[in-house]
Amino acid sequence: MMEPVRDIAGQAIPLRIDNVDTDMIIPAKYLKTITRKGLASGAFEALRSRPGNLLDDPAYAGASILVAGDNFGCGSSREHAPWALLDLGIRCVIAPSIADIFYNNCFKNGILPIRLPLRSVERLMGLAAAPPTSQMTVSLVNQTIASADGVTEHFEIDTARKADLIKGVDEIDRSLREAQAIQRFEAHDRTARPWVRDMASDFLV
Amino acid sequence: MNAARHPRLLFEKIWDAHVVGDIGEGAVLVYIDRHLVNEVTSPQAFEGLRLAGRSVRRPGATIAVADHNVPTGDRSGGVAAIADIDSRLQVQTLERNVEEFGVPYIPLVSRQQGIVHVVGPELGLTLPGMTIVCGDSHTSTHGAFGALAFGIGSSEVEHVLATQTLVQQKPKSMLIKVNNRLGAGITPKDLILHIIGKIGTAGATGHVIEYAGEAVTALEMAGRMTLCNMSIEAGARAGMIAPDETVYAWLRNCPHAPKGEAFEAAVAQWETLRSDKGATFDKTLIIDGRDVAPMVTWGTSPEAVTTIDGLIPDPAVIEDTAKRKAVMAMLDYMGLEPGRPIKGLPVDIVFIGSCTNGRIEDLRAAAEVIRGRRVAAGVRGLVVPGSGEVKGAAEAEGLDRIFLEAGFEWREPGCSMCLGMNPDQVPPGQRCASTSNRNFAGRQGPGSRTHLVAPAMAAAAAIAGELVDVREIAR
Ligand code: SF4
Repeated sequence: MMEPVRDIAGQAIPLRIDNVDTDMIIPAKYLKTITRKGLASGAFEALRSRPGNLLDDPAYAGASILVAGDNFGCGSSREHAPWALLDLGIRCVIAPSIADIFYNNCFKNGILPIRLPLRSVERLMGLAAAPPTSQMTVSLVNQTIASADGVTEHFEIDTARKADLIKGVDEIDRSLREAQAIQRFEAHDRTARPWVRDMASDFLV
Repeated sequence: MNAARHPRLLFEKIWDAHVVGDIGEGAVLVYIDRHLVNEVTSPQAFEGLRLAGRSVRRPGATIAVADHNVPTGDRSGGVAAIADIDSRLQVQTLERNVEEFGVPYIPLVSRQQGIVHVVGPELGLTLPGMTIVCGDSHTSTHGAFGALAFGIGSSEVEHVLATQTLVQQKPKSMLIKVNNRLGAGITPKDLILHIIGKIGTAGATGHVIEYAGEAVTALEMAGRMTLCNMSIEAGARAGMIAPDETVYAWLRNCPHAPKGEAFEAAVAQWETLRSDKGATFDKTLIIDGRDVAPMVTWGTSPEAVTTIDGLIPDPAVIEDTAKRKAVMAMLDYMGLEPGRPIKGLPVDIVFIGSCTNGRIEDLRAAAEVIRGRRVAAGVRGLVVPGSGEVKGAAEAEGLDRIFLEAGFEWREPGCSMCLGMNPDQVPPGQRCASTSNRNFAGRQGPGSRTHLVAPAMAAAAAIAGELVDVREIAR
């Protein structure tokens, strides 16, 4: 189950690339797994094959924050992307914009995705680029990012999602408690839209 | 329901009709009518159910099919004959899971097997007004029927399996209106690439797009599906088009769609599924269909696109440092010279298929260009029908002969070369004209170089051995 998120303190790795897609985060050949674990070795494979890449730089060992370019996580719905980041130890992604499905998937896995204005991301990116100043503290409770230059940045986050992350809510469990409402919906819908019918008998052999 | 209600958008009507309950702080529980399941994003979801001792709430609203991993060569050996161990295990895991949880399944050897976004619509599993999800981003395809359809991650797959609902925040809305018809020889693929070129891959992030206007309503279903399919490449949560007679005509021929009186009753309700006058969108883009030309991508993002008459960009004239570096990196990866025309660029492989352009209409468009001609020497051409039904229909029309005689490979249905997950891959450094939807670095295999095009353009590239304007070689 998902680890609750409150404060994330650690080094930030700068990833100065726009449109980091999910194929870049975890290439398709690694999607053949049937578990959530073990994706670290395939994470950012192409990027990490380049000498001097920051993800494998000892100066960033143990980093837990990723500061990235615009439209981070675009592409496929593969949850393998946040699983791969988790496996690398990343618990927070900061970018000017983050693609919708990836953004959603982060919340299901205890990763805090933060959208910040471009200028703020640029500033954090600059700090992250020089390891002595790459240390940051993200407080989900206060919705702040404190950085080594003494500046504290505020970020927006949906209140429902914030609460769920802090509590590490089992979303399925909570929705199952709405079983009666779901049943009522289904009963009403069977007469309102009889054509939305069960397909089981059509396909089960 | 309530006549005094304020004017609402198409997507809001479907949204409102599916809200089961409010769970506070702006989040609602949305009922899901149809859940499509594939082998790649479901294993962890079923495993989650098993660990928590949960069952599938409504197996009959769920349907599973393997598409990403499946080899597109000889199928006679079934799943056991899939050579790649991990691929085989994933398909076997799906089969074990659907059996254990009682989920309807289309087996690999069935004539109905294919890419989930081709299969759903052709079987009549996709209907107007539905909420449809799948652990795959191109679920947006189904919006072509006036459904609210979007991709989800594996945790959400598990959530839908267990509860038949999803926790959602209401997305924003965007209208893309395309006035006037597309020009002769211009396809929906060109239109969507044109749109992505204009607004960028994050242009519709957080929004549900509704496509409207003369160029859109004039499209047949296959074209509407191509358009909605690539909404995700514009960043959108979903894409949709109001249902009309074109949709109903398609559904009348679908085996699992409602029939007779039930169908007519459904149509009466589907007719209410349109955006009311006076309802407003958060964003609007107006396009003139006459401005759209055949499009080709040159980079590693779908927004890195130009017309076939266009030039590969020259980073030297880009002022913004970050943009310049990004373009330089793309050109380097793609092995392209700055400033040269994209036309005339030699290709090694041509792939015709995928959930974007693997339907019978797409194969017909390609075959029309290919008939009586030959694939250029040294070029590998693959045609991969989107489903077994598409394959069967194409063979009945003799399209397979046209492709085979031209020197194309005629393969079994699946995602194939759209992504590097099965044996059909573009070797490192090779250049592929592809009818699929993503040109990301390594998407079609490590080091692969992808140029996204429409089916007729792909066919023309295969014959010429280089990127050409299909209108110039048309008969
Ligand atoms: S054809 Fe390509 S885009 Fe479509 S579902 Fe398969 S892998 Fe995804």
